[in-house]
Amino acid sequence: MALSHVLLGLLEGRQRYGYELKQLYDERFGASQPVKFGQVYATLARLRRDGLVDIAAVESGDGPDRKVYVITPEGVADLERWIVEPQQPATFGRTALFSKVAVALLSGRPAAEVLDIQRAAHLVRMRELTERKRAGDAMDALVCDYELFHLEADLRWIELAGARVDHLRTELAHGGTR
Amino acid sequence: MHSLDGPTSVIAGEDLTKRFGATVALDGLSVAVGRGEVVALLGPSGSGKSTLLLCLAGVLQPDSGTVFYQDRPIKDLGDSALTRLRRREFGFVFQFGQLVPDLTAVENVALPLRLDGHSRRPAETKALELLGRLGVEDRARLRVGEMSGGQSQRVAIARALISEPTVIFADEPTGSLDSLNGELVMDLLLMAARERSAAVVLVTHEARIAAYADREVVIRDGCLTHYSTVT
Repeated sequence: MALSHVLLGLLEGRQRYGYELKQLYDERFGASQPVKFGQVYATLARLRRDGLVDIAAVESGDGPDRKVYVITPEGVADLERWIVEPQQPATFGRTALFSKVAVALLSGRPAAEVLDIQRAAHLVRMRELTERKRAGDAMDALVCDYELFHLEADLRWIELAGARVDHLRTELAHGGTR
Repeated sequence: MHSLDGPTSVIAGEDLTKRFGATVALDGLSVAVGRGEVVALLGPSGSGKSTLLLCLAGVLQPDSGTVFYQDRPIKDLGDSALTRLRRREFGFVFQFGQLVPDLTAVENVALPLRLDGHSRRPAETKALELLGRLGVEDRARLRVGEMSGGQSQRVAIARALISEPTVIFADEPTGSLDSLNGELVMDLLLMAARERSAAVVLVTHEARIAAYADREVVIRDGCLTHYSTVT
């Protein structure tokens, strides 16, 4: 679960309130899925139990939480370990897009049409992301680029898959084998 | 095509065909680009998108069909009027810049004005100002062979803009650049075009670059296969 390490990352360099961590997480990391307050506090409690964060101050006042959290040296070491450990590549291949394109191509539908239909839809989203990136800050650019490159990869794969299937079909039609 | 209800087209092609020997590059293709509009021509290699760009720009003559500049067929123009149109109203950016290697950046940028009879000093003053806007003023006195790809593409954009064109034709302008430099070049090109309400006809095979355009036109085997609506 990346939440604990994201919180450690947000605490590295400066101490923060719990609610501030929740806001920053949602702004920068939780675009489609905001994190619940309860999840943030439960994670902070666990990090504190493990000695990775500490409470620097408790401010008196209204509101549910006025605790100021700070990362400990153990927390920094744990964060560094997490960062240098390579992330397991995500497994692809079972997305709805994969299934749809594979069925369309293997059933003999024209590859070019399959590509055109998906590209039109992808480009609507890619234009939105490009606009947001141009108007936004560095974090927006990171978020948008991540999605843009994955969308572009979808389209490049459809293009290649279409060409491959067309090629195979031509070979079969000419009695060739592979 | 040249009497659209929407934005008046600044450049349009109607039923364009073009063959190179037995190869059909354009097969009755029609397209219209509005004033200040950015349109991406997308398609695989050999689809005819560069041929379309060159026909719209009056560089290539289509075998049949008509290219309109602001509703006027460009084939009605004589050679010298067509040359003037290209020099004054059109700007060009290509994949490899196509700058003159023995000239400095400022001389390259000033070249379209110099060819159009402007004297050197005001042409170079304007060229320097544009190079400054594109962040390469400090490269102005270098020959283009001494610059990085990203820098020379900025010089090429400055050259495309110096005549204050109404249409910029860009053929794979980021094709020789890494992702970040490609993006910076696209940002600069579009910012400059929008400031001047210049239309951009952008040939690319990359969806990420096409996403900078207001809409895309997809070409395959010389035909238009998809025409996105303005969003």
